[in-house]
Amino acid sequence: MNRYRDGARAIAPIGVIVLAFGASFGVLARTAGIETEAATVMSATTFAGSAQFAAASILGTSGGIAAAVLAAVLLNARYGPISVSVASLFRGSRLRRVVESQLIVDESWAVSRRPDGRFDRHLLIGAGLLLYACWVGGTAIGAVGGEALGDPADLGLDAAFPALFLALLVPQVRNRRALAAAIAGGTIALALLPFTPVGVPIIAASAACLLGLREA
Amino acid sequence: MTEAWVVVGLVGAATVALKSVGPVVLGGRTLPHRLTGVVALLAPALLAALVVTQVVGGDREIVLDARLVGLAAAVAALLLRAPLLVVVLAAAAATAAVRVLV
Repeated sequence: MNRYRDGARAIAPIGVIVLAFGASFGVLARTAGIETEAATVMSATTFAGSAQFAAASILGTSGGIAAAVLAAVLLNARYGPISVSVASLFRGSRLRRVVESQLIVDESWAVSRRPDGRFDRHLLIGAGLLLYACWVGGTAIGAVGGEALGDPADLGLDAAFPALFLALLVPQVRNRRALAAAIAGGTIALALLPFTPVGVPIIAASAACLLGLREA
Repeated sequence: MTEAWVVVGLVGAATVALKSVGPVVLGGRTLPHRLTGVVALLAPALLAALVVTQVVGGDREIVLDARLVGLAAAVAALLLRAPLLVVVLAAAAATAAVRVLV
């Protein structure tokens, strides 16, 4: 039990930020036309910030269901390989493994990586539980409290979206290939913006990941 | 709004499946090296596209407005190694300020 608490303690400073972000997701989801219950259920079932923000913003700009779902799923595709990297930490019945694996998020995964390159189950689960409570609770608070807020554009909240994605992008650009993929993805999106429905440029930009087929 | 619930259901189901792929299906095995390389580049490509579409995106047009000032503030905050929350607040505050002043 104590070792799970170590994970929660290690991630606590991030938990505060995640709580605030959950609240901002609740506010932005409401402004995108997603009601309080749906926003909270989304945080409880998806539990992945960038995908949720992307889906909400596409829905809010009338981008359509297909574009919103595709963009979110593509953003979460990284959880395939991430979950593979920590697969050995999960034991027990199939249902138990499915439930516990939902606590895998970028931050809990990162904090559970030990200096020797292996992963610690207690740190991942402990950190994941705290982050989950912060994210879902924050979303509910934001979605309910957000009704008291005025026009989100007056508060500059629409500019919070690109700032958030830029802040999430920077740590992803760890090497030349990631930088090339980011530049290619941004360029594809910009080129398609004037010609296609909202959402399409984002999905088309995912083709930039094919740069990964080249030998390093 | 049913549209939102459809998205919530589909994205939730897909994410649950993605996060449990390793622990449930693959067990201790790992993905082929080439496939791992492709998936690893999805995040930077998609996030860059999101930055572009959210900062200059309109309805089938490129719109240059106060959001650009917000992004500039975010870049400045990132260069100062500010925490995520400060970066986002800086962008919102700068954009709100421009809208009040201009």
